Amino acid sequence: MKIVVCLKQVFDTEAKITLDASGQINKQGVTLIINPYDEYSVEEALRLKEKYKGEVTVITVGSDEAQSALRQALAMGADKAVLVNPGDIELDEYATSIILAKAISTLEYDLVFGGYMAIDDGSSQVAARVADLLGLPLVNTVTKLEVADGKAVATHDIDGGSEVVEVPLPAMITSQVGLNEPRYPSMKGIMQAKKKPMTKLSLADLGLDASQVKPKVKPLSYFLPSPRQAGRIIPGEPAEAVAELVKALREEAKVI
Amino acid sequence: MAKGIWVFVEQRDGKVRKVTYELLSEGRKIVDNFGGELAAVLVGSNVSDMAASFGEYGADKVYVVDRPELANYTTDGYSNVLAELIKKYEPAVVLLGCTLGGRDLSAMVAQKVNTGLLTDCTDMYLEDGNLVFVRPIYAGKALTKVCCLDTSPIMATIRPNVFAVSEPQAGRAAEVIKEDVPPGDIRQIIKEVVMQISTRPELTEANVVVSGGRGLKGPEGFALLEQLADVLGAAIGASRAAVDAGWIPHSLQVGQTGKTVSPVLYIACGISGAIQHLAGMSSSKCIVAINKDPEANIFKVADYGIVGDLFDVVPILTEELKKVLAS
Ligand SMILES: Cc1cc2nc3c(=O)[nH]c(=O)nc-3n(C[C@H](O)[C@H](O)[C@H](O)COP(=O)(O)OP(=O)(O)OC[C@H]3O[C@@H](n4cnc5c(N)ncnc54)[C@H](O)[C@@H]3O)c2cc1C
Ligand SMILES: Cc1cc2nc3c(=O)[nH]c(=O)nc-3n(C[C@H](O)[C@H](O)[C@H](O)COP(=O)(O)OP(=O)(O)OC[C@H]3O[C@@H](n4cnc5c(N)ncnc54)[C@H](O)[C@@H]3O)c2cc1C
Repeated sequence: MKIVVCLKQVFDTEAKITLDASGQINKQGVTLIINPYDEYSVEEALRLKEKYKGEVTVITVGSDEAQSALRQALAMGADKAVLVNPGDIELDEYATSIILAKAISTLEYDLVFGGYMAIDDGSSQVAARVADLLGLPLVNTVTKLEVADGKAVATHDIDGGSEVVEVPLPAMITSQVGLNEPRYPSMKGIMQAKKKPMTKLSLADLGLDASQVKPKVKPLSYFLPSPRQAGRIIPGEPAEAVAELVKALREEAKVI
Repeated sequence: MAKGIWVFVEQRDGKVRKVTYELLSEGRKIVDNFGGELAAVLVGSNVSDMAASFGEYGADKVYVVDRPELANYTTDGYSNVLAELIKKYEPAVVLLGCTLGGRDLSAMVAQKVNTGLLTDCTDMYLEDGNLVFVRPIYAGKALTKVCCLDTSPIMATIRPNVFAVSEPQAGRAAEVIKEDVPPGDIRQIIKEVVMQISTRPELTEANVVVSGGRGLKGPEGFALLEQLADVLGAAIGASRAAVDAGWIPHSLQVGQTGKTVSPVLYIACGISGAIQHLAGMSSSKCIVAINKDPEANIFKVADYGIVGDLFDVVPILTEELKKVLAS
């Protein structure tokens, strides 16, 4: 079974977000990690590979820095990595998807994984766009996956519940919390990762030019939310404190 | 807004989600100020009877596609239908709720009609004649003002609870336009649907959320929270620690890798306030924290805090609220 995992490098969830002098998000000194949802995808792909044999390719659109995320996935057990470095251009979800789909179309695959969302921009649209561009059926927010006989049977979250859906392969699956517990790379895995193939591509290598990846949305400005003020600790024995709290919720905050 | 604003109606078995009315209400304000018309788009099976009712919430027109194949939501079926309608009528703006369904549908449709999409927006307004949106990024640690670049339609999903629902105008009718759009090849075969049999509101739409963390010590702790939630008509939420411990389903996790909630009141019980948890709930209007550690991070964002053992405090709070709310 051949599996492709779309993987995005993102800011660490602990990262403190600041703006630089030009009002852009400050990327200096921030630790970068694999998007947590993509880690679930890598894990799921590896489990399928262990069951059925085959090959797992991880792919990212990003700068050379993103190689560390790809290496980590290789250390977990993925076989090959593809880095598409679009150079110094602005991308939106549309453009990112065009590039990803083009790159994936040069690979063989039975399944493509994406994250249900990336925790930085949180757009939750790249996987669907790639699925449409590649003509693949999509199942989002998957928490359980069984693959057999050319079909994927996925349990996935829907609003207010869950649903079991069957789609024919090849298909696009997006990972949701609960799918699995991602493994840590072993020492051996880390050593082996260094020798695994990492293909680096430019837009030109994919036969794309800048006009084909012109963004459709544009950030006009960035700003930080006004920090929440710490409120008031209500002192006293539980009964007293609770009475005071309920009064405050009613009369001051007017929320009950 | 020459060709108007469309709001996709999110419904299951004829039950419409509140966010649909929120978007119709806000859409109405925009077209009232700047012209154009407001339309609701209703897709499903046996839904035609409810179509006209959207007039009361501000819709001028309701486009209806009513076919048996559309009884269940499927990504293929619904995205094919909505994309075809958009191509035919070319609305200027298409809005959906940022629910799981709205996220799924909007992304697929945006690609099919070759346009941009802004998801999880928390504000939208006209500025110099352009519709701009505000969306949180980095799990709410920053915000960005965004617009679409000469692409049509402008598509966005809006987070539930950010716009108020206007008072419905009884008797106000909308023109109902029936469309017979084939849903195309539906590749998602639904084998089973399990709805949580719960009288509780949906976590992301709830006005009040009662949330528990590792401090609850076990699933029994959540039973205490259930009683509190019952009194308040609240949804239950949880920290990742409680989810990872298996005390509560992952679908109730609040945070950066869980759900984002924006209720009027968020009550955090036995939750330390890790940055990833705060990311999911810090846009709540009023936050109450109950924690036995006075140094807990959650107190830095809480409007009201009680330092104490939740096993003492929560039952008393439940009783006190019962009394006060009954009076
Ligand atoms: C408000 C806003 C501001 C932006 N600002 C900038 C900016 O200043 N500079 C800039 O260059 N871009 C910017 N972008 C574009 C954005 O970073 C890219 O479009 C991004 O790759 C896609 O959005 P996402 O990560 O939220 O995707 P999502 O749809 O949330 O990601 C879901 C999944 O898609 C896959 N995926 C997403 N991106 C990639 C990728 N690059 N490689 C491989 N797989 C991927 C992963 O599996 C991921 O889990 C901005 C976008 C928005 C909405
Ligand atoms: C990539 C990544 C993503 C993550 N995403 C999320 C996410 O989406 N959501 C999330 O919540 N976390 C997330 N986390 C985990 C997060 O970092 C914390 O570990 C988690 O939020 C802690 O949960 P907690 O506050 O319940 O537990 P703890 O940190 O253990 O805190 C328990 C609290 O309960 C208090 N307590 C104990 N007993 C009592 C008592 N009897 N009465 C009153 N108070 C009591 C303690 O004083 C303590 O403050 C993520 C972490 C990572 C690395």
